[in-house]
Amino acid sequence: MYPAPSVILFTSLSGIGFGLLAWLGTGHPAVTYLTAFTFFFLAYGLAVGGLLASVFHLGNKINAFKAFSQWRSSWLSREGIMAVASLLVMAPYAIGEIFFGQQWPLFGWLGAAGAVTTVFTTSMIYTQMQTVPRWNSPLTPVLFLLYALGGGALLAGQTGVAMLLLIALGLVQALNWYLGDGAFAAAGHTLETATGMAGLGRMRLLEPPHSSPNYLMKEMVFVVGRKHVRKLRMISMVLLVLLPVLILLLAPAAHVLVGIAVLSHLAGVFVARWLFFAQAEHVVGLYYDMR
Amino acid sequence: MTNLPSATEKKLGLAIDLDTCVGCHACVISCKEWNTSNYGAPLSDVDAYGASPVGTFLNRVHTFEIKADNRPAQTLHFPKSCLHCEDAPCVTVCPTGASYKRTQDGIVLVNEDDCMGCGLCAWACPYGAREMDAEAGIMKKCTLCVDRIYNENIPEEDRVPSCVRTCPAGARHFGDFADPDSNVSRLSAERGGVELMAAQKTRPVNRYLPPRPKADVTGDGQIDIPNPFLEAKNQTAKGFLGWLDKALEKI
Repeated sequence: MYPAPSVILFTSLSGIGFGLLAWLGTGHPAVTYLTAFTFFFLAYGLAVGGLLASVFHLGNKINAFKAFSQWRSSWLSREGIMAVASLLVMAPYAIGEIFFGQQWPLFGWLGAAGAVTTVFTTSMIYTQMQTVPRWNSPLTPVLFLLYALGGGALLAGQTGVAMLLLIALGLVQALNWYLGDGAFAAAGHTLETATGMAGLGRMRLLEPPHSSPNYLMKEMVFVVGRKHVRKLRMISMVLLVLLPVLILLLAPAAHVLVGIAVLSHLAGVFVARWLFFAQAEHVVGLYYDMR
Repeated sequence: MTNLPSATEKKLGLAIDLDTCVGCHACVISCKEWNTSNYGAPLSDVDAYGASPVGTFLNRVHTFEIKADNRPAQTLHFPKSCLHCEDAPCVTVCPTGASYKRTQDGIVLVNEDDCMGCGLCAWACPYGAREMDAEAGIMKKCTLCVDRIYNENIPEEDRVPSCVRTCPAGARHFGDFADPDSNVSRLSAERGGVELMAAQKTRPVNRYLPPRPKADVTGDGQIDIPNPFLEAKNQTAKGFLGWLDKALEKI
């Protein structure tokens, strides 16, 4: 699948933003006034910034508001509703902390539950795709939730739990890569099943239907950069988990270093998210003899 | 609403005969012509005369080679357009309600006024039946020529999808798969029509009729496939030419 920068930004930033909101809403940390403003500014900035990036992905932005209408069947619609709802529910909690120095836990806990649900609905947009066997796995939502809560805990300064979540994230991500590599073959789709001509013999593409790549190939048959997968996986693992956990372990109080840990983690998220798309093989590639 | 109907009155669709398809792409062109010049946003081309032209098409013809052990290789021309699935995943993923499946005839359509161009439906389709138009930024797909098949302003013989009407080989058949006695249902039953990528559980309506087995020319070296068709017919001319023919034979 084509790793569109807007979609990588959207899933990465809004994931961490909603993760941070979830920690703030449950009072981890319980902050007030200027500190609260800084935290909520960051959390809302990431969440809303990510959502805005997703709008840049649309071909016909004028109809974007209609995306709230089909929650009965569409995970993308559910995600839009949950994102806006949890940002609104969290707002009174943020106002209480910033302007009145008070915690109103009802809004906080509701908002936190909404934030976690939002991340889950985002993950289901990808998980539901039977056409992309690598995504079509129960590990995908687990992974998205760990990314959000781990990154959120790191930003929220929850040192102990952040370390645990980041290590869990590293393990689940590694398992996801390992299982994902065999997912397409396990799903059993071949050119013979794609054409329904199994049993007639071995098939191969003799002539493609068009002489230059079309929308389908650009969007769903992205094969650029796959040869660097091993290196990119190692780089992302170091940036995502190893460096931040080391910093938290050795110098949890050094603000500059923790800042570096956050930036390193974010860079790791971008690399891993690029791989999430670039490595995903869509079954339509079978018709083009390319995956 | 993007929930799918539990059942549709008709199941209109295509039976595509891979035995007779010659891969001429006439269906591709006639589809583009009809659907770019009638309802909705046109099917645009970008850089049409440049180095890397790209355009929106609702129908594409792939060409494959099939080779079984100890059998001659054979060519398979494979036209591919929307299969109007009963469990169309492209419909349920649509967040705006632009995509829908009609209850009366099962045709899967996009209401262009509601589409926001997110492309998720194209991701959900295993067959590559949907293409986003680069100019309009909205999703285009086969409508089964819904603006032809019920159109009383055109001659009756034209009230079939454009690809069916134009196919010079007669490889494309249009009809109602819900009726077991329809042309397409009978064709599919006789020829063992198959559905594509059944494991995706999309329950496509369209059926593909597999190629008939080819005669084996590599076996004993005796090439006799065309013989039954080439047997000299007793074509005797009549009248003066007949007399002339016989007279010349005797000389």
